[in-house]
Amino acid sequence: MRARTRTAHRRVVVLAAVASLGAGLLAGCADDGGDDTGGSSSEGGGGGKTKITLGLFGTAGFEESGLYKEYEKLHPEIDIQQTVVERNENYYPALINHLTTGSGLQDIQMIEVGNIAEIVKTQSDKLLDLSKYGKKSDYLEWKWAQATTTGGETIAVGTDIGPMAICYRTDLFKAAGLPTDREEVGKLWAGSWDKFVDVGKQYKAKAPKDTTFLDSPGGLLQSILSGEKDRFYNEAGDVIYKTNPAVKSAFDLTAQAAEDGLIGNQTQFQPAWDTTIANSKFAAMSCPPWMLGYIKGKSQPDAAGKWDIAQAPKSGNWGGSFLSVPKSGKNTEEAAKLAAWLTAPEQQAKLFGVQGSFPSTPAAYESTEVKNAKNDMTGDAPIGTIFAQAAENIPVQTIGPKDQIIQQGLTDNGVVLVTQGKSAKEAWDTAVKTIDNNLDK
Amino acid sequence: MATRHDTAAPPTEEGGAAPGRPPKDGAPAALDKRRARLSRRWQRDMRWSPYAFVSPFFLLFLAFGLFPLIYTGWASLHQVELTAPTDMNWVGFRNYTRIFDDDFFWNAAQNTLTIGIISTVPQLLMAMGLAHILNYKLRASTFYRVAMLAPYATSIAAASLVFVLLFGRDYGMINWVLNQVGIDNIDWQNDKWPSQIAVSSIVIWRWTGYNALIYLAAMQAIPQDLYESAALDGANRWQQFFHVTLPSLRPTILFTVVVSTIGASQVFGEPLLFDANKGASGGSQHQFQTLGLYLYEQGWVNQHLGRASAIAWTMFLILIVIGIVNYVISRRLRASS
Repeated sequence: MRARTRTAHRRVVVLAAVASLGAGLLAGCADDGGDDTGGSSSEGGGGGKTKITLGLFGTAGFEESGLYKEYEKLHPEIDIQQTVVERNENYYPALINHLTTGSGLQDIQMIEVGNIAEIVKTQSDKLLDLSKYGKKSDYLEWKWAQATTTGGETIAVGTDIGPMAICYRTDLFKAAGLPTDREEVGKLWAGSWDKFVDVGKQYKAKAPKDTTFLDSPGGLLQSILSGEKDRFYNEAGDVIYKTNPAVKSAFDLTAQAAEDGLIGNQTQFQPAWDTTIANSKFAAMSCPPWMLGYIKGKSQPDAAGKWDIAQAPKSGNWGGSFLSVPKSGKNTEEAAKLAAWLTAPEQQAKLFGVQGSFPSTPAAYESTEVKNAKNDMTGDAPIGTIFAQAAENIPVQTIGPKDQIIQQGLTDNGVVLVTQGKSAKEAWDTAVKTIDNNLDK
Repeated sequence: MATRHDTAAPPTEEGGAAPGRPPKDGAPAALDKRRARLSRRWQRDMRWSPYAFVSPFFLLFLAFGLFPLIYTGWASLHQVELTAPTDMNWVGFRNYTRIFDDDFFWNAAQNTLTIGIISTVPQLLMAMGLAHILNYKLRASTFYRVAMLAPYATSIAAASLVFVLLFGRDYGMINWVLNQVGIDNIDWQNDKWPSQIAVSSIVIWRWTGYNALIYLAAMQAIPQDLYESAALDGANRWQQFFHVTLPSLRPTILFTVVVSTIGASQVFGEPLLFDANKGASGGSQHQFQTLGLYLYEQGWVNQHLGRASAIAWTMFLILIVIGIVNYVISRRLRASS
């Protein structure tokens, strides 16, 4: 009798467990559905507000700089929410997948400059033409053009750009007998990357122990290439990286500098590279505005104010993003308005003040936020004016759909090998072989 | 209670003692029909219900197993890009024939094999040793068993990230220890063999405890009298291990070898996260790119779904070959025992 009631009891418990698990499972599914409709229906969320969702990667900083709150105050009927993926490498394949299947999209999706050409070429029919929402004259001409199809539709509006300068350590430069004033430093290498590498040789001659002139081969190659008008594609859209003398000479110059021991043997954005920042192991690096935030995050407190910024030998653009509005969303109208507002000059100026994302709208360069901007790492250097000057000289670059793969092949499967004892030729051959295999459909 | 009879008396009409059946014609015809219907329904129920009960698995398998498998095969015969997955260009077997002179594929295949060996063999040997030790009466044996399973319960991502730090070239703890005993920095990420050993060590760390517990469970099922009689025959501990424990564990060892082989052929997360470039190329010279990683790189980084599908199917075929070899060997082993 006892045994019987016990098994009966146990059966009830098991049944209850199964039931609750099943219910949980169903609820989980239902929740998902709810989220989906909430994300795109016009009345999701609390109290009949229109919910707009943003899909972002990295540190866009819209929320951190209070822009959502401000917009919600201006438009009380709007409720803004964002989802952020840390790295674009993970964000982008999912975005493509969502675009081609037409589901899982947020109302606004961010696109990195390395991918914008591919999106324009292959996904433009899935994205709303934003030329009626954003004001073309606000943005830098090339930024606007990068997101415009051959048919004249602008499928994304520009957020930030990455005008490049050179960040250098005044204490290390001084120790190596180099000038420390940013005007003089800029003059040392003005106009040519060869001169820049020569400065590296001077540095090496009297370098403080265990330091190199530059941080990583990838950084140098990236910055030389970012100032070239044609890099990997010609205007007709053909892949020309292999035969483009500008690419080869940039590669060779970087490889030579690495061979000469002017460059640290690191890969950027890796833990070990972060440690070289913290331990002050190099004297200079290419510095788009967003890099200042990165340096700040990885430095020891006592490094504050020891950095300064000079103009790069040639101006170039490194990084930057766009906001796009997928047509499949239910609030495309409201989303487009929000995207245009977030990228308008006033908002971009604010974003620079807080986040260091440099505006793609020249009108913002005159604002006090940009003009008075300073960074802890660089003391009283007027970073806003320095980057604005660099931004004016950025060439209109020919971009292509697979820029990111080619760039990554040249650095990560190429020039970094020189720091591991391979010859420049071997490194180049490995890079070319890898890239060609990766491009081959 | 009534006594049971296996056979009932036949009806009177057939010369038995039981009451006769009701006449065939007349009022009960409707009843008959209903009964027939019921019985038909009952038969149908008996016949089809089992299929209904097992169907959830097969429906899910159809949707998430078989269909993707076949569709992948179909896609592998086309040139398809991730940017337009419905836009397929028929290329026949080109995606397969190109694999023959795809250095990156064979490099990945070789790496998968070597990483598989470097990780599986020490892992199973160590698991066997640990299980043997745990099989003795120990204080707090449950604690050790749980502790051994802890790595298995850790996420691959978290573990790999920690290992990346440990194996750092300039600031890693392992190199620091090696420096203490006078060995120079080893470039765990960029040199071929060190990187493969490092990746394997993550696999070993994660799976040794799991296999040890399986061995331990099998060891505890070995009858104690076998050991007693071996001891009576004068066998020492080692001899007991080799002549009693190991033979009894043969099926278990076979099982762990098969499971580990399958696992090794699919190694993915560890090398992906171990890559300093944060891509999927498995190091700057593809020195630790496994097949799974190469498949991922082609499909999701380079966006060539057709090529990736062909790689997936080739992997599938290779696994079938490995499976057959495994089967043949295990049959031989069984026949010889």
